[in-house]
Amino acid sequence: MSYEQLLEQYPFPQSIKEEIKEELEKLKVKKNVAKKIIERCYQAYLANLIEPGEAVGIVAAQSVGEPGTQMTMRTFHYAGVAELNVTLGLPRLIEILDVRKNPSTPMMTIYLEKEIAKDREKAREVANKIEATYLRDLADIEVDLREMKILIKPDEEALRRKGLSLDELKDKIDKSIKDDFEQEGEFLVVKIREQSYKHLMDVFEKLRDMVVMGIKEIKRVIIRKEGEEYVLYTEGSSLKKVMKVKGVDFSRTLTNDIYEIYEVLGIEAARSAIIREALSTLEEQGLEVDVRHIMLLADVMTADGELRQIGRHGVAGEKQSILARAAFEMTVNNLLEAAMRGEIDYLRGITENIIIGQPIRLGTGDVELIAKLGGMKK
Amino acid sequence: MYPKRISAIKFDVLSPQEIRRMSVTKLVTPETYDDDGFPVEGGLMDTRLGVIDPGLKCKTCGGKAGECSGHFGHIELAAPVIHVGYAKIIARLLSGTCRECGRILIKDERRDKFIKEIERLKSLGQSYEEVLKEVFRLTKAAKKCPHCGKEQLEIKFEKPTSFYEIIDPEKKEEEKLTPKDIRERLERIPNEDLLAFGLDPKAVRPEWFVLTVLPVPPVTVRPSIILETGQRSEDDLTHKLVDIIRINQRFIENREAGAPQQILEDLWELLQYHVTTYLDNEVSGIPPARHRSGRPLKTLAQRLKGKDGRFRGSLSGKRVNFSARTVISPDPCISISEVGVPEEIAKELTVPIFVTQNNLEFARRVILRKDHPRASYVVRADGKKIRVIDTNREELAEKLEPGWIVERELTDGDIVLFNRQPSLHRMSIMAHYVRVLPYKTFRLNPAVCPPYNADFDGDEMNLHVPQSLEAQTEAKMLMAVQEHILSPRFGGPIIGGIHDHVTGLYLLTRGEKKFTKEEALEFLRAVDVSEIPAKDVYTGKEIFSFILPKISIKFKAEVCQGCDACKEENCEHDAYVVIENGVLLKGTIDEKAVGAFKGILIDEIMRKFGAQTARKFIDDMTRLAIGVISRLGFTIGIDDEDIPIEAVQQIEETIAEAERRVEELIRAYHEGNLEPMPGRSIEETLEMRIMQELGRARDRAGKIAGRYLGMDNSAVIMAVSGARGSMLNLTQMAACIGQQSVRGERLTRGYAYTHRTTSHFKPNDLGARARGFVRSSYKSGLSPVEFFFHAAGGREGLVDTAVRTSQSGYLQRRMINALQDLKVEYDGTVREQTSGVIVQFKYGEDGVDPMKSFRGKSVDVKRIVREVLGEVRE
Repeated sequence: MSYEQLLEQYPFPQSIKEEIKEELEKLKVKKNVAKKIIERCYQAYLANLIEPGEAVGIVAAQSVGEPGTQMTMRTFHYAGVAELNVTLGLPRLIEILDVRKNPSTPMMTIYLEKEIAKDREKAREVANKIEATYLRDLADIEVDLREMKILIKPDEEALRRKGLSLDELKDKIDKSIKDDFEQEGEFLVVKIREQSYKHLMDVFEKLRDMVVMGIKEIKRVIIRKEGEEYVLYTEGSSLKKVMKVKGVDFSRTLTNDIYEIYEVLGIEAARSAIIREALSTLEEQGLEVDVRHIMLLADVMTADGELRQIGRHGVAGEKQSILARAAFEMTVNNLLEAAMRGEIDYLRGITENIIIGQPIRLGTGDVELIAKLGGMKK
Repeated sequence: MYPKRISAIKFDVLSPQEIRRMSVTKLVTPETYDDDGFPVEGGLMDTRLGVIDPGLKCKTCGGKAGECSGHFGHIELAAPVIHVGYAKIIARLLSGTCRECGRILIKDERRDKFIKEIERLKSLGQSYEEVLKEVFRLTKAAKKCPHCGKEQLEIKFEKPTSFYEIIDPEKKEEEKLTPKDIRERLERIPNEDLLAFGLDPKAVRPEWFVLTVLPVPPVTVRPSIILETGQRSEDDLTHKLVDIIRINQRFIENREAGAPQQILEDLWELLQYHVTTYLDNEVSGIPPARHRSGRPLKTLAQRLKGKDGRFRGSLSGKRVNFSARTVISPDPCISISEVGVPEEIAKELTVPIFVTQNNLEFARRVILRKDHPRASYVVRADGKKIRVIDTNREELAEKLEPGWIVERELTDGDIVLFNRQPSLHRMSIMAHYVRVLPYKTFRLNPAVCPPYNADFDGDEMNLHVPQSLEAQTEAKMLMAVQEHILSPRFGGPIIGGIHDHVTGLYLLTRGEKKFTKEEALEFLRAVDVSEIPAKDVYTGKEIFSFILPKISIKFKAEVCQGCDACKEENCEHDAYVVIENGVLLKGTIDEKAVGAFKGILIDEIMRKFGAQTARKFIDDMTRLAIGVISRLGFTIGIDDEDIPIEAVQQIEETIAEAERRVEELIRAYHEGNLEPMPGRSIEETLEMRIMQELGRARDRAGKIAGRYLGMDNSAVIMAVSGARGSMLNLTQMAACIGQQSVRGERLTRGYAYTHRTTSHFKPNDLGARARGFVRSSYKSGLSPVEFFFHAAGGREGLVDTAVRTSQSGYLQRRMINALQDLKVEYDGTVREQTSGVIVQFKYGEDGVDPMKSFRGKSVDVKRIVREVLGEVRE
């Protein structure tokens, strides 16, 4: 019988099985010893199981909240990538639990397809396709107020760096504005249709802010070599658009915008994103918190298929109990609404029972079997 | 004893009939007391509403003050008024129903679909607010009633309580709807349509949102207080009710006298204002009603709301008896599971003895005692409480019988709960055994400071005495200190040696130190070790082994230098700890071995031998360490940071070199020769390079200082053993404080528009010194300019802490609120108790308790393998 077969007889979680197997194979122990080890591990596993009735939610909240006081408040440079500023510490944790739709520093980590991942040039090409390039980065734009025209002087060096030909540039300009333009020497001259300064300035601004190539949301891309392969780090995030870019291995690509992950990839992906982001935020601060607590937090936030924030507009606000909601926030509103909806509080939660002064149904308060001591009678 | 439980509480809206039914009287006069100081009949202090003055009796139930909890009265409003809290739903109803027939402004099929959707979401326990918004949007847009065909007018809702009908949108012609009109319209809405607006027809009729009768709470809810001057001062609610009655009566008089319409309307408006502010005095759009002194009145909504409101202040958090609070101070001689209680407090607090046949004699002896653990009270079987005094002591002891309760003073061995705020995690309240001690502070073993996050710079702590056997048992079994040595946050020890404990053991176990028999015995004096092998000379490691339970373990100590290739047992720094069968063979005991948060040994002992052994180990370990450090002596003074002149010179050179390089960078920047980093501007690049350069300079200075300080230096010993402080602290004391920063940048701001930090520099000076680099050390002292910069950096730290505590406090409150109802069921699933939703099928995906886990791992496989192999070898 192999170690694997021995292990099969025990209902271990997969991760433990693998660890035991690895240890056993490393030591190449005899079968009876292996059996002893496995049996002992199983006993330890059973002993380590959580007790029924345990208030795991409160423990999780405390475990994440308590180290919050030890966190910093500042934005720091992302570990390793000095070029990027990323929100870290307490503000980031709050952001994650609030499910902000616009996180303060969206960021992506883009991996490339295996074939091109080791090629710096190819990586540069992909980066060019992703990074938003504005016309103002590729050309000098001037307004000639007297002649009522706009002069665009393309910077050939910049164009070459971005791998763009002049014709392609013209094409892009043509598509984005309605006014006519033609080449005059080294200038591209835009002659506006409507003879008004307002229109002139509108067109000028439009041209200046025009995204010639790349993805609008992504302001910057930084290429870094990690081990063998090149990885792109971006400031700004757009999972949907980046996924479509050729050369991007989107199965490994990450963003720190949890709401975006929820919208694009669904609730399960959002759950793991919450776990990953919260854990890395805590870890980065040097705080040790068990994954199980964060998993529970993420599971509560995603339990009914929608992302719900921790707070009055989410988990705490959707509580069944009126008293619990009233005791949290917006006391008066909750009571008035409960009355007009004829709601009933079944007093199953913690706060409700504290409020009316009866034992809570948790831990030792959850026991229903009571022994009457006969000898106590007078 | 199993208490009765309330099964549910239903909320609904009081109907006018209901209000009249529960009222004991109609209130008609705004006067409260007559000239003799007696409550006026029909006034707000009417004795039928209950009594607060001792001596008077309630006319409804005959109870005296304290016995009668009071009865409601009512005011018949002369004209209907809008209830502010329901103004929003009234607006929705008015624009959503026909102004003629009262039907909802969508077709029945459509309505039924919405109702079905609402029911569905309700049964799932999800929010149906979105559906209601959709109904509102649709019905508001309707121009014509689909039932009677009548044209609809747009309703304008002006906060807080006014409604207008827009007759002609172009000419801006509009007509005000009086509460009377509104009430009539609401009356017409049929029950079936209410469901689509989210109202439950069984609980509420919409016309009840317009008040015609106002319930008046009993006097006991709004007691008046008598000031020192003998004057009566009425409660805010009473004041407000007086206003309402006064206007109400005036309205009636004017109407009967046939006053002009305008006056009546103004009075109506005034009545509306008073009722609105009576319900909620913080409604936006109207000025809050004020007390004569100018303070805004605290009316109904204000009583419930907020941190000190009824819900959070009185219902979720309650006041308790049997508690004490005083300053804490350290006592390394008591166990970690004990707490020193001042005699004065012990004499005040009591523990009940429930008298039975079996302890009758014992209880009698307690009553007869004349000194410390005396009985302070006796509670008879009929519930009467009698104070035990010298004169009745014998009589009470005589009469004592089973069923009585004797309240005995707190004494050694009693279990109490000990707490320090902020209570951020469950280890903030733990159960300790009482040790009654002299003086006036609570005494606590310094090893339990980490879980409470306590120190002795004036901290106070609270103590609670559990009063039932159940509570005492639970405290002993679940809340005792030793049950919390491992933290559920990361599955490692949170209680362990701190400061001197670590230093002491480091001094004891470092290297192969030899100690004479006398020394060894002195070290072990306070420790519970009864026998040691007879020898003339003991090594420190041997002495430590005497208190070690039989464990076997190998790990790298805190002093580990992190060499490239670990030589393990042959470590030249004595940093690889080897313990075999309870004998310390190699390595230094330091923070990694016994410290709070790290303590590998504590962890190991806890898992192998359980909580009691671990507790004993911590007690012995701390006592041994204190013994060692007391005998050997350990001190730090200002000359500990003295470094030789050549070191000072080297540091000077290093810093000067760095400053030179900064100058070079700045020159390169001005000449435009600075190569920007990818994705950064030249300015940012410059800043980053300068910061790097100066940071490196300080590190180098620190290294030089560290070299000259040597491993015998007290401060170095504390830093490397992990007892207190860090090498960085030492660097700053001995060599160079380094760059000061605000918001992660060098100091840039000074007096506005001057482009310099202080007037000691030229404008736009980017140099090291001009931007907050402090080259002095704390010991050498700072120059005035440096002092300023240092204060700027220090201030940021203070502000940061202040902001952070409030933010993280709120985050924690939100998390607790969101997660408090989660519980592991007997089937291993995690469910939300109120809704029954399954949140996890198996807790944490493997069902393992994080506290029992080994630093997150569900089973410590390596340890088991090690153990089994050890057994097999034997």
